[in-house]
Amino acid sequence: MNNENLAVPELATVEIQGHTRGAFILRGAMAAGAVYGLGAVSPFVGQALAQGGGDADIVNFALTLEYLESAFYTQAVKKVPGLSGKTLDLAKELRDDENQHVSALIAAVKQLGGTPVKAPGVDFGAAFKSKDSFLKTANVFEDTGVSAYNGAAPSIQSGAILGAAGSIVQVEARHASLIRLQRGAPPAPLAFDKASTKQQVLTAVKPFIKG
Amino acid sequence: MNENETTSGSALQELTEDPSSRKRFLKAMGGGGAAAALGVLVAACGSSSKSKTTSTAAGAATTSSSSGGSMKGDIAIVNYALTLEYLEAQFYADVIASGVIKDPKVGSLAKKFGETEQQHVDALTAAVKQLGGTPATKPKASFQSVIQGGPTKILTTAATVENLGAAAYLGQAGRIKSKDILAAALSIHSVEARHAAALNELIGAGFQGNGPLSGSLPDGAFAKPMAMAEVLKAVKPFLTA
Repeated sequence: MNNENLAVPELATVEIQGHTRGAFILRGAMAAGAVYGLGAVSPFVGQALAQGGGDADIVNFALTLEYLESAFYTQAVKKVPGLSGKTLDLAKELRDDENQHVSALIAAVKQLGGTPVKAPGVDFGAAFKSKDSFLKTANVFEDTGVSAYNGAAPSIQSGAILGAAGSIVQVEARHASLIRLQRGAPPAPLAFDKASTKQQVLTAVKPFIKG
Repeated sequence: MNENETTSGSALQELTEDPSSRKRFLKAMGGGGAAAALGVLVAACGSSSKSKTTSTAAGAATTSSSSGGSMKGDIAIVNYALTLEYLEAQFYADVIASGVIKDPKVGSLAKKFGETEQQHVDALTAAVKQLGGTPATKPKASFQSVIQGGPTKILTTAATVENLGAAAYLGQAGRIKSKDILAAALSIHSVEARHAAALNELIGAGFQGNGPLSGSLPDGAFAKPMAMAEVLKAVKPFLTA
């Protein structure tokens, strides 16, 4: 599917193809807010809602992503050569946060009467070769995480789960901003963050899932 | 100004002028459902899983009905967000116009963030109209005392305002009825969070802050929502109505 991307963490540029809400609303706001406006969101929301699955499925999906992120930072702290100072501190902070997200989401799936998914096997390829490749891949993970939560949240039925997802996505967005600053990238490049469908997110993280 | 007097479009103006309307307005906005909701989850991830499955008002988020009541609620929420975005946009515009920021890196960040807030204003204005409401008018505000305080004060205030903004959106997420509005609010919410984190970093507040930042910053791995009343109280010093 995306084989050429395997060790190349350029997944951020695997932009959510098609007509995403973000693209639409951005265009709407910039060109003629009143013309496009919120109506343009509908196709996306419809798409997201059509994915089916209940809250437990959505939370399990988020859990898989958090497992990936958690494994990513856990390994990075040990493996990235010369990781030190602020970047190392940030990696540790993010590792700890993702671990807490994992714990919270496991509890949430259980509360919903579901069975929490197991941690996926991972292979981060060349991401830990250098500080730069680490930050680049971290950037992909965090931006993808934000778009995943933003995409899934409108389909959540339970107010409690929605509140929790909102609380987590805000932290993911903060992570994305800090990682971007570390690599000299704009912390908030868009006025409206993207939303991705489950399939789009899976495509983006697939190269890192082994087995 | 006059034509909006009776609509939620001038909610903030009413708020600042009339205490009884303020009460009514805040009552209409209800308490932070998301706050209660988060409490459940955060409690759940502690050692003792105390399942306090509440049936908060936020549970009603499932219905995407367009009954008059819920529509009105959404209009009020979007107008509240619009008011905050107006304040943010003016803040950056005033700061840039003052010429106080000399560091080009900080300057370009302020410019970018300011443009973004203006786009939020435009999108939310369109959203209120689409919901059939009257967009809130731009609140009268002044940031001169902040600007006179110099770059450090400016950046600290920017961080405060952005963290408030993020917490404010989070506080409303569970109360929004329309899926479209929710999707839009979420896409703005995470941008406010990005701004907040970048500014926290700039002022050396790190990931968790205290002082003026406490209350609106994430408590570790989980961000905190803020209720409308708290947020409005926090921005009140900037209003000059």
